[in-house]
Amino acid sequence: MSTGGVMTVAVWRGGPEGSAFQEFRVPGQKSQTVLDVVIWIQQYRDPTLSYRFACRVGMCGSCAMTVNGVPRWTCRTHVKRVAKTGRIEIAPLRSLPVIKDLAVDMDPFFEKWVAAEGRFHPQRTRDQPVRETKPQTRRRRQADAAIECINCAVCYAACDTVAASPDYLGPAALNRAWSLLNDDKDSGTEAILAAAGAKGGCHSCHAMGSCTRFCPNELDPMASIAGLKRASIAAALKRKG
Amino acid sequence: MPEVRLALLQKLTALVMLPLVAGHIAVMIYAVQGGLTAAEILGRTQGSLAWALFYGLFAVAVSIHAAIGLRAVLHETLALGGRALAAVTWLIFLGLLALGLRAVWAVTAA
Amino acid sequence: MIRPHRRHPLWFAYLLHRVSGSALALFLPIHFWMLSLALNDREALDDFLAWSDRGLVKAAEFGLVFLLAVHLFGGLRLLALEWLPWSGPQKTLAAAAVGLSLLVSGIFFLQAV
Repeated sequence: MSTGGVMTVAVWRGGPEGSAFQEFRVPGQKSQTVLDVVIWIQQYRDPTLSYRFACRVGMCGSCAMTVNGVPRWTCRTHVKRVAKTGRIEIAPLRSLPVIKDLAVDMDPFFEKWVAAEGRFHPQRTRDQPVRETKPQTRRRRQADAAIECINCAVCYAACDTVAASPDYLGPAALNRAWSLLNDDKDSGTEAILAAAGAKGGCHSCHAMGSCTRFCPNELDPMASIAGLKRASIAAALKRKG
Repeated sequence: MPEVRLALLQKLTALVMLPLVAGHIAVMIYAVQGGLTAAEILGRTQGSLAWALFYGLFAVAVSIHAAIGLRAVLHETLALGGRALAAVTWLIFLGLLALGLRAVWAVTAA
Repeated sequence: MIRPHRRHPLWFAYLLHRVSGSALALFLPIHFWMLSLALNDREALDDFLAWSDRGLVKAAEFGLVFLLAVHLFGGLRLLALEWLPWSGPQKTLAAAAVGLSLLVSGIFFLQAV
């Protein structure tokens, strides 16, 4: 969509019961993002439109939506990349309960982070010196490769295993667990491996790779989960032997 | 059975079956030439301890592997879980094992 | 129709692994039952084998060999993803699994006809 043109934008309206797409005509602008389009609709056409955003620069992870059937961070998705036919369809993220319009309830997503032990397990108190971290070790490189997650839930919404199996912890939580498992400053190794090996843990993953395909930060949750599977099985063998 | 042990079993049976499937495919390609007859198949397998062990191991491994695989499919497509899922998984395993071992017995017993 | 978020190579590889695995599991009871005929009804086995010598059934057999091969090579890829440090060329490996399976089942088909 070039400057001056007008595009048709179908926006999902309503809550868990009674909802449908509503169409708007939105003027095209230079360097326009999908989030700009949503903001324009709310400011100029319908102030009751509900959606979520904060930073607008791809750091906070709050503006993810389903754009033309694909989960995306809308603040960094240019209209010209997705509106090839002059029409955009914007819906809430999949696999999370819709609160209203484009805003989903993120609670189940973050509850699974906790269930996956995707939280920091400290070893030392504030009175002790900070533990030294060597950036070039294999473990630290693995932790770093997975660490830049912004909790946007794009991978969670992209994953068909999450959609089919509500107990599955999902790629984001398991990716964080893998990062912590490789972090020398984290003391939660046993708890992380127990969560990974339990029902709904890493062994539910079928490596369909949609998480890695759609992660806006180009992380590789599928590889992180593969690492967790390896560690979980190695730990199970060790316990037996 | 804990998930991690099921995952381990799934991978172990997969590893066991790598050479077995490769061998099975090779036998099929060899045996299918000129058509199949009962006499030809049985002439190769009857009274052979080696084939009995080969296909006996294959039947055990594939029963475990198929049961665990179908368990995931049933959980995700029919939302089966808990005891029902465990029961169906055991049923698939035992059913395949019984049929499989009977078939191995049928073609290898002298 | 295949939904937009599924249109990428590894999702198709996942679908192929699931479909081939399920189909092979469903085929197994028939296969085992057919072989058990050797025990008490060898004529029925020969009738079955003669029936399986027809064109359409041959094509189905080609399909079964393909499913077995693609489940084998696809499974090898998944084992490599977890246990070997090559997470990179997953798409290439998935394509190679399909290619090899076509080759193997093609050889079977040429021997069968």
